Amino acid sequence: MTALLEVSELVKTFGTGEAETRVLRGLSLTLEAGEMAALLGPSGSGKSTLLTILGTLMKPTSGSYTMLGRDLVAADDRALTEFRNRHIGFVFQFHNLLPDFTALENVVFPTAVRMGRETPAARQRGRELLSRMGLEARIDFPSANLSGGQKQRVAVARALMNRPELVLADEPTGNLDRVSATQVMDLIAEINRDEGTTFLISTHDEKIAGLCRRQIVVGDGVVTG
Amino acid sequence: MLYALKIATRYLTASKSQTSLLVLGVAVGVFIFIFMSALIGGLAEFILSRTVGDISHVTITAEERDPAILISPDGQILAVVERGRSRTATLAEAATFVPLIETVPGVVAVSPQISGAGFLTRGAQVAQVSVTGLEPGRESAILNLDGYMIQGSARLGTGLIILGETLADDLSLRLGQTLRLQSSSGVSAVLTLSGIYKTGNGMIDASSTYVGLSTARTLFALPQGVTRIEIKLADLNTADATALRIRALTGLDAVPWTDGAAQLMEALNAQAQTGYFLKSFALITIVIGVASALLLSTYRRRPEIGIMRAMGAGRGFVIFVFVTQGALIGLMGGLSGAALGYLALLPFPSRDDFQVGTLPMDIMQGSYGLAITLTVIGAILASILPARAAARVDPVTAIGQ
Repeated sequence: MTALLEVSELVKTFGTGEAETRVLRGLSLTLEAGEMAALLGPSGSGKSTLLTILGTLMKPTSGSYTMLGRDLVAADDRALTEFRNRHIGFVFQFHNLLPDFTALENVVFPTAVRMGRETPAARQRGRELLSRMGLEARIDFPSANLSGGQKQRVAVARALMNRPELVLADEPTGNLDRVSATQVMDLIAEINRDEGTTFLISTHDEKIAGLCRRQIVVGDGVVTG
Repeated sequence: MLYALKIATRYLTASKSQTSLLVLGVAVGVFIFIFMSALIGGLAEFILSRTVGDISHVTITAEERDPAILISPDGQILAVVERGRSRTATLAEAATFVPLIETVPGVVAVSPQISGAGFLTRGAQVAQVSVTGLEPGRESAILNLDGYMIQGSARLGTGLIILGETLADDLSLRLGQTLRLQSSSGVSAVLTLSGIYKTGNGMIDASSTYVGLSTARTLFALPQGVTRIEIKLADLNTADATALRIRALTGLDAVPWTDGAAQLMEALNAQAQTGYFLKSFALITIVIGVASALLLSTYRRRPEIGIMRAMGAGRGFVIFVFVTQGALIGLMGGLSGAALGYLALLPFPSRDDFQVGTLPMDIMQGSYGLAITLTVIGAILASILPARAAARVDPVTAIGQ
């Protein structure tokens, strides 16, 4: 296995002076390509901040972060946006679909925004992903009309649209019932196995974490296990 | 950027009632703009047609020679010959210049004239009048005599005269009666009254008389040439430029009507300025309305903007989505307002059929294209601030909302 990403001595502080809060305190971590890892830790341990930094949505206060050989701390906003679009997928706890768009339109968004239009090829891949998620009958449904589990499966499909090397999932099953949660995790495991996509899943759920081959425990802003 | 256009359109169609209200607001602003343009423009046209519609738009008069001066060998002025009270200069080559002037673009009529003063005598009654000799066939070239005739005809043959209703009443004249006209040159002629007109202009109706050009030559002892050439234009607003053109073409002293109408031009300019203010206020209202609505939309869609940014949408893309929304709102509002304005102006009589007691609207002066263009530009400008605010949305904060 080769290292997909590597972070070293990552520090992130919020606020200044007396209000300064240090969330990450020199965190170091390496993720290999094709891994399926769970990110565990109590609330406030820095899991979400770490995911945000790994997703290039936020820059660390100090430390280094490289992915696919790119220094993502030095990159500017435009470069990070492009990198994020091509190489990183997101699955949020509350799915975060675009409510005025159909399931298919949500899935093809990452490709369409890069290409400047919805190409037939993108729509075809979007249909395939939705079919794989068991949503072929919901392709043209407005996303607002889907159930919670369906929305989260659409979100997984969207995260995979550009064939990213890394998918960051923040409590992807936290808002789902047990059946839907199992469906979503089975899909994630299947994609990880079949396509070698790396998943880093933040969760409080020990059962979900147990489905992952690696568990990374974060506590007080550093990796503790 | 087709995709940004799709998203902008989707956002607008997703909130149909809000978008409809916004477009309606813009349309009302455009309607006011168009209505004001038609009113101010129509009013200006009306005032101009009523004040200068019947006068010459460009006039060529013979230049008076400088007074003769007798100067002594040591440079002292010994004598100056005073200029005569009556016009003596003539445009000797008028016959040559008239066809040339008629070819100038925008010129609709040319009227060579001999004008002067005289006394009209009917029995014991005498009236001081102005006398204008017109070329037969060109009687209505400048003043629409044909249109103002209430008795008889405007055709001027040898030995015929036409005059205003007030003057005819003052001298108790009827059609076909003869009267004596003595010019300021001292020449008298007995003429037959062939027509009576009523222009509504007191001065013209009470003291102007018209005779044929040949009669005027006799009266003013002018065997050849004319004293002035009056020119009417299709668009009286082009008088300045046309006068310059004629001056360059003929070398004659062509004077536009605007030279003697400074006060009227000031009044019209002031009226136009008022119109600009009112139209500017309408545009400002549009800009504020669009900006505030889009700012609200930006705030409401913050989480979605955050998601888009997280999925790889750049700041430029987000800006384009919101600016496109502004442009679409401006375009829809502009087109609706223009259509609304046009329909509202349709019942008003046209410029030519204007009746006293109604608003002098000119549907052709609605500035429809300008209104739509300015509205789209205004809406785009109005959307820049919300668009920039949207592009600055922090995806992490927005997604967490």
